[in-house]
Amino acid sequence: MSEYNFAYLDEQTKRMIRRAILKGLATPGYQVPFASREMPMPYGWGTGGVQVSAAILTPADTLKVIDQGADDTTNAVSIRRFFEKTAAVSVTEATGDASVIQTRHRIPEERLREDQIIVYQVPIPEPLRFLEPSEVETRKMHGLEEYGLMHVKLYEDISQHGAIATAYAYPVKVEGRYVMDPSPIPKFDNPKLEMAAIQLFGAGREQRIYAIPPYTKVVSLDFEDHPFEPTKADHACDLCAAENSYLDELITDDQGSRMFMCSDTDYCASRRRQGHVGVKGTVFEGSAT
Amino acid sequence: MYVAVKGGERAIDNAHAWLAEERRGDTAIAEISVAQIREQLTLAVNRVMAEGSLFDPDLAALAIKQARGDLIEAIFLIRAYRTTLPRFGGAVPIATDNMTCDRRVSATFKDAPGGQILGPTFDYTHRLLDFKLAAEGEVPDATEVLTRQDATPHIMDFLNREDLVQTEPFDDTHPPDLTRAPLELPATRALRLQSLARGDEGFILGMAYSTQRGYARNHAFVAELRIGIVPVELEIPELGFAVEIGEIQITECETVNQFKGSKTEPPQFTRGYGLVFGMSERKAISMALVDRALRWKELGEDFVGAPAQDEEFVLYHADNIQATGFLEHIKLPHYVDFQSELELIRKLRREAAAETQEAAQ
Amino acid sequence: MNGLALSGGFVDGPIQSAQAFRQIMTAMARPGEILDVSGAAPPAPLSIAAGTILLTLCDPETPLFLAPGFDIDPVRDWITFHTGAPFVSAGDAQFAVGVWKDLPIASFPIGTAEYPDRSTTLIVEVEDLCTQGFVLRGPGIKNSRTLSLPETEVFATNAQLFPLGLDFYFTHRSRLAALPRTTKVS
Repeated sequence: MSEYNFAYLDEQTKRMIRRAILKGLATPGYQVPFASREMPMPYGWGTGGVQVSAAILTPADTLKVIDQGADDTTNAVSIRRFFEKTAAVSVTEATGDASVIQTRHRIPEERLREDQIIVYQVPIPEPLRFLEPSEVETRKMHGLEEYGLMHVKLYEDISQHGAIATAYAYPVKVEGRYVMDPSPIPKFDNPKLEMAAIQLFGAGREQRIYAIPPYTKVVSLDFEDHPFEPTKADHACDLCAAENSYLDELITDDQGSRMFMCSDTDYCASRRRQGHVGVKGTVFEGSAT
Repeated sequence: MYVAVKGGERAIDNAHAWLAEERRGDTAIAEISVAQIREQLTLAVNRVMAEGSLFDPDLAALAIKQARGDLIEAIFLIRAYRTTLPRFGGAVPIATDNMTCDRRVSATFKDAPGGQILGPTFDYTHRLLDFKLAAEGEVPDATEVLTRQDATPHIMDFLNREDLVQTEPFDDTHPPDLTRAPLELPATRALRLQSLARGDEGFILGMAYSTQRGYARNHAFVAELRIGIVPVELEIPELGFAVEIGEIQITECETVNQFKGSKTEPPQFTRGYGLVFGMSERKAISMALVDRALRWKELGEDFVGAPAQDEEFVLYHADNIQATGFLEHIKLPHYVDFQSELELIRKLRREAAAETQEAAQ
Repeated sequence: MNGLALSGGFVDGPIQSAQAFRQIMTAMARPGEILDVSGAAPPAPLSIAAGTILLTLCDPETPLFLAPGFDIDPVRDWITFHTGAPFVSAGDAQFAVGVWKDLPIASFPIGTAEYPDRSTTLIVEVEDLCTQGFVLRGPGIKNSRTLSLPETEVFATNAQLFPLGLDFYFTHRSRLAALPRTTKVS
């Protein structure tokens, strides 16, 4: 793809995105409008994350791309290939080896470090959108710090279901000011949002970028009598026996038998490499690919 | 023992190879050329240029070929390509008065200077399948007449001279560019028109139709619909004047709509406007109706809650590339979010069952 | 415009601006951390760091305010040639460059409730940039950091405006540090 610029985007577009990222870091949780470009992949498939990554990558970077926690999901493969071709970066599946991680729907299990950046793909950046469809109105609400609607929704959940009925994209309050959508990560991942790495969020179709600097206070919304509870399937990983990792559920035969395995494939593989064996797993052998 | 599903890389390669094969179809049948698409599927080419926001019939034809005839996919290819092109400058506004009209009809006056020109229209064809086309017959030549060489005045200007139609204030401000700045509401009319011009034909048609059926009805007459070629000029700062850089075919529709008046102003007709690349009159007329519906605020009308009046609703949902991408993304893996919902619903059901049991005891 | 204006830009724009931006971004994400940048060789009194920020972030879409002392032909010509950024008064500036005493702090836009991002980013040239000085706390800082600053009062007031407010870069030779509106200075 030599006919395209480094990291695909033209320089003016990258400057525009870079300026939005900086303002995002200066106003944690606030959604900065940006003139999202038409990328050579569909809206809704990570164009926001891809544009943010394109604006921050340098040739010295090592990139990891995951979708649902896995490096080998087709859309993750497609995005990783795009940057291999256009930005000549090295790629990896090992969380610890990556300097930039682009993700859809998960935060890796391995604790991220200060020298890492995680870029989230965001479909609907507005946490209030399903309560108020109008952008004009939600923008006002953020401006006035008027989040009553969100609390009413969560409270109605409790009165109807006895619990807050949001399992993913669970809203958070950032640094005591902006209510933010952490992208559709399971609420299990919410506590990890307070981390050492730089977190950038890109929503291409909705034309928004936002950010959380390292060590920023990120609190999942809850009530005193109904505290936030990060949950996962009540199982250990059947392959690596991990007790504290988020699990995928698989249907393994026509009778509907189930098994559970880590959604973070790198985490699972590295545990198995270390000799951990789950009830349906075998001792790890073979390459890390 | 379970072996984790792998092979995303290989699956993608195989899918692409199969796609290429399917695109070509039966190799015993001659391959279609880009020139054939450009010359014989002109209206498809026009739609791709209009919604792709790039006037280039060859590239649009190539995109249609590559997209196997899926026009939204072709529009997507053009948009993604267009984004990478450098901007050299903005053209001088095209003067549609100077158009050489291939087609020009008015529904408001039986005749006017320049006349009514039916042009190459489907309008009065009987929609009967023409089986002769299946036999690749030669086409008889159409009669040729000399087109009017002078500028053809707009019908609206005649109404304007009588002050019967609302005058559009002259506005020389640089219009915003939807592709270079995020959409911000409320949008100016220039931005709304820009969005409608590249909006999905089907969506704009549906919105326009809804106004005709009573959702913010605005009593539109097609004052004039004209299709033809106009020159495009670019101001060259070094030269100090504009030079013609090419010509494009466009469709322009001006509607004259229900009048309004007030204590201070006598009754006047109002306007709607549509302008689209190529020969795309369904789209141009639709655009004019939706434009008119969106103007309720500036014309001092009431918001009656009609979808076509709601600028946020129309502008945020008119783009088929945004819409199709987001719609189709729900086929991507969502194991993680679905799993979290599964756990939640199982937990809620467990708790509900426990409560029922407790209550029963 | 003299020939000097034509030199001193990035040699390989896409790569050098990517490398510079990573440092500029890291600085904003970790207020008070001092980082090195390179790539620009601007005319005096612009530092390498300030010049590199301008080359990385500015273009015809970013109105720029030059404080007295910087509003001189060599600087203007260099910025115009390499970025095309239009020069404006403080009230319209998206970026501003100058030394502390010459920057009219109260005149810069601080954003609006609905668009707090529409505020000026100030590039402040300082005589010295080191990790001795005032204590910084806030997002991007684990416990606290210390940084040399021209004063504290302006930054304390600025932080109280959050989520509105100005964001600052301090530049000295090839080094820079950032102080966003979220940082509390004491």
